Parts: sequence; C-alpha cells; structure tokens
Amino acid sequence: MIFAGILAGGTGTRMNIADLPKQFLPLMDKPIIIHTIEKFLVNSEIDYVFIGVHKAWTTHMNDLIKKYLSAFEERIVVIWGGEDRNDTIMNIIEAIQKLHETTDEDIIITHDAVRPFITPRIIEENIKAAKEHGACDTIIPASDTIVISEDGKFISSIPKRGNMYQGQTPQSFKIPLLKKVYDEITEDEKSILTDACKAFVIRGVPVAVVMGEPQNMKITNMTDLKIAEHLVSAEDLKLD
Amino acid sequence: MINSIYRLVSPRVISVKYEDIGFNEKIIVKPEYMALCHADQRYYQGNRDKAVLRRKLPMALCHECCAKVVYDPSGQFNVGDLVVTIPNVPTKNSEIVLENYRRSSKFLSSGHDGFMREYISINKEQLVKVCDGVPEEIAAITEFVSVACHAVNRFNISAHRRRDRIAVFGDGSLSYTLCCVLKKLLPSSEVIVFGKDQSKLGLFTFADERYFIDNIPEDMTFDHAFECVGNQASANAINDIIRYIRPQGNLMLMGVSELPVPVNTRDVLEKGMTLVGCSRSGREDFLTATSVMSDEDVQNRLSVIITVFGEVKSVKDIHSAFNMDVNNPFKTVFKWGM
Repeated sequence: MIFAGILAGGTGTRMNIADLPKQFLPLMDKPIIIHTIEKFLVNSEIDYVFIGVHKAWTTHMNDLIKKYLSAFEERIVVIWGGEDRNDTIMNIIEAIQKLHETTDEDIIITHDAVRPFITPRIIEENIKAAKEHGACDTIIPASDTIVISEDGKFISSIPKRGNMYQGQTPQSFKIPLLKKVYDEITEDEKSILTDACKAFVIRGVPVAVVMGEPQNMKITNMTDLKIAEHLVSAEDLKLD
Repeated sequence: MINSIYRLVSPRVISVKYEDIGFNEKIIVKPEYMALCHADQRYYQGNRDKAVLRRKLPMALCHECCAKVVYDPSGQFNVGDLVVTIPNVPTKNSEIVLENYRRSSKFLSSGHDGFMREYISINKEQLVKVCDGVPEEIAAITEFVSVACHAVNRFNISAHRRRDRIAVFGDGSLSYTLCCVLKKLLPSSEVIVFGKDQSKLGLFTFADERYFIDNIPEDMTFDHAFECVGNQASANAINDIIRYIRPQGNLMLMGVSELPVPVNTRDVLEKGMTLVGCSRSGREDFLTATSVMSDEDVQNRLSVIITVFGEVKSVKDIHSAFNMDVNNPFKTVFKWGM
C-alpha cells in the first residue's frame, strides 16, 4: 500500500504574526494544508493520507476535514505529531502499522503541509523512485551560489554550484527500510537530523533524487505567504 | 486544490496560471494523453490575425485529450476510468441548431482554456468513457475522430440515398480519419481518395481507389464528396469535386481556410448540388467515435498516423512537442506528465 504522511506538527512560531500555525492560514480562501492534502487525495495510487498535527490542533484539523474533505474522510487519519519532524514521521508509521500490517513494499510519501504547490508529477515520480530504490528525496538545482561559513563571519568554502541542490519534499521511503535506518542511528546522530533522508546518508544507504519545481515552495514566513498569494492571484503576463 | 493551467500568453510563450479546484458536483479528471491539431499550432506560432490573438490569449491550448477520473461525486464513473473530454460546452438548448453550431456554446481552446492543465474540473455531460482495450495514445484523438463522425452523420441526414461511390479530397490526417470512419459506418460504399503526396496517399491502403489530383481520369465520377483540404488549395479541390460529381451530389466541406475560397457556383447550380459545412462535434458524435474506435482494425489504422512525442513533464517539453509537430504531416500525441 502507499501512504502519504503530511507533516503539520508546527505551531507557527516562525510566522510571527498570527496565532494560527502557518499550515492553517488561508490561501485562495482555503487553509494551506487543505490544498496540500487534496493533491494527495486525487492520486488514486495513494490509499491513505496520514496527517501529523500538534496535539493542540487535532480538533481544528478534524473540523477542517469535515468542512472541506468530507468525501474523503475514510481515507484520512489525523494523529499527534512528535517533538520534531522525524518524531512525527515515526508517529505516522506507528499509526500506519496499527491500521495495516506493513510489508516490504509499502511506501510512505512524507510531505510538508506548507508546500501546497506540489504537482502530480512530483508525487508520481516519488512513488516510482521509492518503489525502485527504497528511498528518494525531491530537489531542485540551486539557483544561488551556495557559500559555506563555519563561523558565520568568514567564508570557509564555495562549492561548485552545478553540484548544489536545494531539498524540497516529498521524501519517500519503503516503510520497513526507513524504520530500520532510523532505528540504527544513534541518539547523537538523531539530534542533528534535519530530515529523514539525512539518516540514510549517514548510514550510507542510497537515496534517489526526483526533480522538484521552483513553485513547490515552503511557506514558512510572511514573505513566503505574500509570494504564494501573488502567485495564485497574478494575471498572466501578456507579451506583444 | 491549487491547480496549474499552462496558458499560451503570446506566440511561443507559455505561463502558468493557478486556480482553486474544489470538490463539488463536478467531476475531476487528470489528463493522460493529448493530441495537437492545426488550430493549436496556429495559435502557438501566432499564425492568426493579431486581433484574434489579442482577444483569445492568454488561453490553455489543446482540445483533444483522454483523461482518468480521479473524483466523481455522481457515481457515473469509477475512479481510474479512462474518458475523453468534450471541448464543446453548450450553454443553451435548441431543437434546431446542433450544439457545435450554437453561438452560445463555448469551445475549450478557442476563447476558453483548453485541456493543458494539471487537473480538469468538468461536467459529467462533457465526458464519455473510452471502450475497454483502446490504447490511451489512440483514445487521445477521439475528438478528431468525432469530427469525422459528425460529418458522416450530417451526410447521412442530408445526402440522397445513392451512395455507391464517395470521394474524399485530401491526404492529411482529417482525410485519413474520415476514410476510416466512412469504411466503418458506410461499409457498402466505395471510398475514393484524391491526394498529391505519394507517401501520404500510400497510407490509404483500405480505400477502394486512390488518385493523384493532377492525374484524375476524365471519366471519373462519384455520387458525393468530402473536402478535407483547407486553405488556398481547397479552391482546386472544391472545383474538381464540382466537375466530377454526379448531379444532386452532396459536397461536405471540412477543410478550414483563413481566406475566402472562389467556387464555381455556376456548375453547383447546374448540378443542383448541396454544399454542407461541417465543423467540430457534439456529444452524440463522441459516442459514435468511441464506438467506432472500439474496433481493433480502426485502432490499427489510426495508429498509423499517430506519432507519440513522449512525455511532457515541463513547459520546455510543451515547446518541444509543438516544434516536433511542425514537421509531422499527421497527428502528434504526447503523454501529459505535468
């Protein structure tokens, strides 16, 4: 089976302007997270969509599902998120395993709730790559030069831009493989994990890449939200 | 759901427009395969009057599409069903005028967004299920086949009953598809094709007779004719038809011309001919087309004129597909992977 894991554990501190966590802010008169979930629900390969939400917001999330996604309620499961991103993923996997005895071929597509511009192509290619390779990450070529500064004061090095990519989501995995890799890493290693793919890289397990899209942006602050609002409301450019 | 629409904003320039699709009473489908037609290519290259381009763009192109159902609250279709999308959208009823000729009808990809979108939210009346076993790349040209079915339907209504010999002028995609449909729907009629390109005419193996337009036998005769030439060359085709057709024959006009075409009306009058213009198609024609295309021989014949570009996964690929189509004498079809 194929499961989507929507990561919505945040409480909105980075947005710094609203009490609502950013995934619940409206875009085109609908909460951002609803746009995101809808993209996974219309993919007929995906059996269930699990949503990891901060405990305080589960009721709100359930209310939104009733309001916007009532036709799909039986395919949606809301669970409590964890302390961090990887904790939330592991909570989702635990919930999946309660629902269904997982096999080696079962796949989870993990995706940020605040990336509502995800395209069907990216989802389909994640499914394909996870089936073929066991793990995959979604990336786009870095458009800016990446600069490394170890101390934040001086440049340590400037890697070749052609080899630099920015990570997006989804990140997709065969569920037993993800669990095995995560269980093998140490607590110290866990403390520096920014995402699930890093656990694979630390353990030397290959992670395939899927090309993302620039518009598959993460809405993490007010500037991002303004850009997203402009994107959805902008008229087409007419070039004579 | 934020849905991307890939719109032509000016010749050879495509921009993404976003819309919100809700889960309401409409059906949501995901395009699988699309086909390009001359009208799309004319918009893309800017080969339309500037005033027309200013009025109609920005607009998503493509009106030939097969798609998979992803959401259907009506229960008419199952999720995963392969369907074809009807670009003609009637807004008013009429007992006299067919939906594809009503001024009130909308046509998607002519003044309204066509099917180059991630998902399409659409009325159930605009969908027809594809028969089992029809390959997706062939199902993609159902709209094109439905145009031929429409012309044959109008022919059946308007032509006198002697239909022993039917001429088809033109050796392009429309002519080829029309011949396939004629052989299926009017099996007792002989189909005679007139063209000018040896390699193209060579594909019409199932026609009863084939002739080059510069070498038509003097004693040539037929009961009725379909003109599938279009543009300036349609004048010669139409006047050849008028010359060789038997009295009171029907001339079905199907080729599009941007400029007025001189016609030998004197002989039209003398022979008491009927000229019938045919354009686009409606739901009934789509139902006929899907039925015609369920025949494996028809599928095999149609596959001869289909060139599959591959998968369109980016705006760059859309440009590549249009560029390939410029040099393709027949139908360019592509998988829609956006």
